[in-house]
Amino acid sequence: MSTGTPIFPPFTPEHDLFRASLRAYVERELAPHAADWDAAGIFPREVFTGMAALGALGVGYPESVGGGGDYWHVVVLAEELVKSRNAGVNMAMLVQAQMATPIINEIGTDEQKKLFLAPALAGEKIAALGVSEPDAGSDVANLKTTARRVGDDFVINGAKMWITNGTRADFVTLAVRTGEVGYGGISLLTFPTDVKGFSIGKKLSKIGNLSSDTALLFFEDCKVPARYLLGEENAGFYHIMTNFQGERLCAAVGAVAGMQQMVDDAIQYGNERTAFGKPLIKMQVWKHKLVEHLTAIEAARWLAYRACDLFARGEPATKEISMAKLFAGDLMQKVVYDCQQIHGGMGYVTESHIARAFVDARLITIGGGASEIMKEIISKLVPGF
Amino acid sequence: MKILVTIKRVEDYESKIKVKPDGTWIVTDGVNYRANPFDEIAVEEALRLRDANMPSEVIAVSVGSELSVNEIRSALAMGADKGILVKQAGWVDSDAVARCLQKVIEREKPDLVLMGKQAVDVDDNVTGQLLAEYLGWGQATFASKHESLESAEEKAKKPGVKLAADKASVEVIREIDGGLETLSVKLPAIVTVDLRLNVPRYASLPNIMKAKKKPVEELDPKALGVDVTPKVKVLKVEPPPARAAGIKVPDVAALVQKLHSDAKVI
Repeated sequence: MSTGTPIFPPFTPEHDLFRASLRAYVERELAPHAADWDAAGIFPREVFTGMAALGALGVGYPESVGGGGDYWHVVVLAEELVKSRNAGVNMAMLVQAQMATPIINEIGTDEQKKLFLAPALAGEKIAALGVSEPDAGSDVANLKTTARRVGDDFVINGAKMWITNGTRADFVTLAVRTGEVGYGGISLLTFPTDVKGFSIGKKLSKIGNLSSDTALLFFEDCKVPARYLLGEENAGFYHIMTNFQGERLCAAVGAVAGMQQMVDDAIQYGNERTAFGKPLIKMQVWKHKLVEHLTAIEAARWLAYRACDLFARGEPATKEISMAKLFAGDLMQKVVYDCQQIHGGMGYVTESHIARAFVDARLITIGGGASEIMKEIISKLVPGF
Repeated sequence: MKILVTIKRVEDYESKIKVKPDGTWIVTDGVNYRANPFDEIAVEEALRLRDANMPSEVIAVSVGSELSVNEIRSALAMGADKGILVKQAGWVDSDAVARCLQKVIEREKPDLVLMGKQAVDVDDNVTGQLLAEYLGWGQATFASKHESLESAEEKAKKPGVKLAADKASVEVIREIDGGLETLSVKLPAIVTVDLRLNVPRYASLPNIMKAKKKPVEELDPKALGVDVTPKVKVLKVEPPPARAAGIKVPDVAALVQKLHSDAKVI
């Protein structure tokens, strides 16, 4: 007997329509190029404008800046991007729309929204987030890039590391030290990359996320107007930490969708590939392994959705978000291993999705706050430690 | 210009379709549904015609179960202005669909009706032709165009079906065996569209949200005075024969020989 409306899934017909449209675009326009873009180490700039035309970069933003939809549309975006079969495209789009830009919407001035946010959501300007440095990754409070106030300007000196979209960003949402040592001296500002003294140190050669341009950026006496400061001076740390929540949640949701896709692929391959007279999938070892993973993925999905629900309603969600990213990230390492294993030799050649997913998957426990950082955060939010 | 466009809910061509063991129909469990791809091309063409000939209106009509409202919504999300659902659960044959559409058209009085040339579920390819007959209107089937789908005209979203300057007729380029022919069709008319007419747009999120507020009217076939009892009886559903294994030929001469003597294509 069925009574009442389920609280989950939270998707309405509008979410379903957006999912169908986005999936069609991603599968037809992006996925066919996935291996080529990885080989080229970059994807075309038109992907930003193509995604923007779908409204996919503006999800969760107010209409006044070119956005629409609610947080569950963001969830749909993070889930469907996985179907591009290209982790670099996936990450670039999420940095563009959900990591480098939400803070401008939250605390930026009208001028900053007009100059940076709206063009980013329209796919006209490429956005990057500049927090990590050669000597400060997860330890944000220790960052060393300085912004010194000189008259009506800030003069910026330092370096930023691991910057996604770094080689072609039109602006960077930049974390800088404007005050004392530690978390109380950090500010955020919008930094246009056509400023004199800015340079791209190098495009980093990575094992995965190959189509994403990850760069080391240098700032040498870069002058930007003081009004490009985001929010209050020296109050940046709090905003960075808040901003991380949305980033980690997208990572967790995307990881779940990615794992589901890996297992779906593995089941399909197991049906097609025959060994010793029967399809691989009929071997008990594979049946059991894959349903174990499906079970764990289902658990990861609902943990992530629980965190999404809290986050979307503005409730405290740091613990659940950290748990969701930790759980999905660690689980992915096991899922990708088995899904690659069932593919045998085919799983070792880069034309197979699973081979590329194998190297891409390592990032999830490292980037956006390492698993160890997630554990530290959780331990601080649970009484008794 | 008032344009009516039809949209049918069909089985997703990417779903694995299995025939029921008793051969009465297909197994519908686990099958995804979507809008008929030919109808999406019709919707796209209607929107281009509308935007090139403002003020105009596009009405998306479906005949089907209450779930068909999803496909109407997808047409509205692409940009259609309003929807009409002629609600009828279960299988409705093409003739009954044509007679339902006839009633809707007599009421709405559109200048042009755009339809997919066929629905990819049963591939009948008769509804447009029946409808033209019932209405006593002219028809042009299998609308296409000269320009390729990679052309600048296509990228600029120009309509392939062109409204004449006096707005009394449309020029339709249709696919025929061995080429294309150009017809001038007096309005009002029925135009069914083929695959190479346009590339349908992807619905954007802002348009999906706007579609939520667009009206969808529900009509009952009985109230329209249409008896939807099928005239077509489905005797048996069978899967297509499994494809036989291919052969390898040693050289081009053998290939030409096979194409000539066995396949009889050259």
